[in-house]
Amino acid sequence: MVETGRADGRNPNQLRPFSCTRNPLNRAHGSARWSQGDTVVLAAVYGPKPGTRKGENPEKASIEVVWKPKTGQIGRQEKEYEMTLKRTLQNICLLTVHPNTTTSIVLQVVDDDGSTLQLTSFVSAAVAISCGVMENGAVILDTSKAEEKQQLKSFADLVFPNSCKSVGLKEPKQKDEQIERGLITSITHGVMSEDDYFNCIERGLAASSRISEFMRNTMQKDASEAA
Amino acid sequence: MAAEPAAAASGGIAGEMEVEAYRRLFPLAFLERHLAESVRPDARRLSEARPTTVGIGVVSSAHGSALVRLGETAMLASIKLEVMSPPAESPDEGSVAVEFHMPPICSPLVRPGRPAVAAPVISKALEDVLVSSGMLNLKELCLISGKASWLAYLDIYCLNADGSLFDAALFSSVAAFKHLEIPLVSVGDDGRVFTVGGIEGKTKFELVNREKRKLTLGNIPYSLTCALHKDSVLADPNSEEESIIETSVTIVVDSSDRLVSVQKLGGAVASMGTIKECISLAKERRRMLLEILTGSFETTEVDQTE
Repeated sequence: MVETGRADGRNPNQLRPFSCTRNPLNRAHGSARWSQGDTVVLAAVYGPKPGTRKGENPEKASIEVVWKPKTGQIGRQEKEYEMTLKRTLQNICLLTVHPNTTTSIVLQVVDDDGSTLQLTSFVSAAVAISCGVMENGAVILDTSKAEEKQQLKSFADLVFPNSCKSVGLKEPKQKDEQIERGLITSITHGVMSEDDYFNCIERGLAASSRISEFMRNTMQKDASEAA
Repeated sequence: MAAEPAAAASGGIAGEMEVEAYRRLFPLAFLERHLAESVRPDARRLSEARPTTVGIGVVSSAHGSALVRLGETAMLASIKLEVMSPPAESPDEGSVAVEFHMPPICSPLVRPGRPAVAAPVISKALEDVLVSSGMLNLKELCLISGKASWLAYLDIYCLNADGSLFDAALFSSVAAFKHLEIPLVSVGDDGRVFTVGGIEGKTKFELVNREKRKLTLGNIPYSLTCALHKDSVLADPNSEEESIIETSVTIVVDSSDRLVSVQKLGGAVASMGTIKECISLAKERRRMLLEILTGSFETTEVDQTE
């Protein structure tokens, strides 16, 4: 199960390089374009717009997520991603600040080389408010599409929270406290043993701190540019 | 429920209030007061699932069917087999097409023009679990290698949506596959495969498959959904609990203690301890479900005449 030599030469714990472009779309209220290796996602946020859709609670802000795949029609996979991201964001955002409004987030997959859900969890959190980190773990981290399709017996998509939940970017960076980090999202594919699963979670947690570092740096730069 | 006076909510409404009104106006507070006593509004313990029953062979025109009741949630799974030519990549395998339907009958929130948000998500999760669990050996669905194989249409209809839809849907699919009887077929002069029925048919035609066969099911997956609220884990939530508590995790285990699936779609952060607790609850539930499943098949086999 452990692939010592990965197709692109990475070691088991190595993540693909990140990059981001802030506000590439000038008509959207907020946008970001992130890439992790060959996976590229473009996110745009529109809102808050007045009124909520039928069935949503008018005392809170409602979040609408639209996922657009790179190719093909919108199917069940896309609906699952939309529901996951909506629930993740609902728990991250303070919904009572703008009651009876709808904020729409549109995610366009520009290039798909695996780990799109993780990247979009990351992207939408960066664009919406803050503090969402994603990770991916099998026995290797950050799988590419080829690895997902052929080589892995099973893999898990995992989303972890950032350790520091502060929105105040002007404050000095807080030291990471030793609080127990939990799990926001878990979607497993294939059968795995309980030990393997918790192994994935541990490795994912360890690596996610690197990503949250990157994110914090990006947003601090953003805030200082805006100031 | 008798109208008993209840203490005022922290919102400041003093005085007595009917229980039902309190339940509608302050659903979260209502639930939390129960959880403080380690009980749920329907008097269940936190880790207790609702009474589950399964009825086999409820749709006589289908090749396999099962009706599962999980508390008030009712799911009907039915399987119809159709002969088709297998794809080139897998000439000796059949295939399964899974579709999960939430017709308007199941819930007041579902309307003809407003399909349920959960339906495609559950449909996809069901298909993934059924395929990855290894329960079905697709080679058993082959008739003539390269020429003909079975396509099993598994349709699951939610008849009443009262929470834990995935659990009930998976259990009904498993029961339907267990009940499935592959019909006898024969090859006609034009080379087409057709189904043959009755005792007369058995002797008249050259049969491709000897006797009406049952599928051998490998590792059967069993699922349990738990709602997570602060420190409490509520096993098998009903729709009222699901609407109040938005965070839930669905664990699917098979008979050899492997995790077939751990689905937690967003929601609040859950600690590792909570996930471990859910997994152990799922394993206990598996034991109960296995008993219910084998129990229902024993009773129906006694009634059947061959």
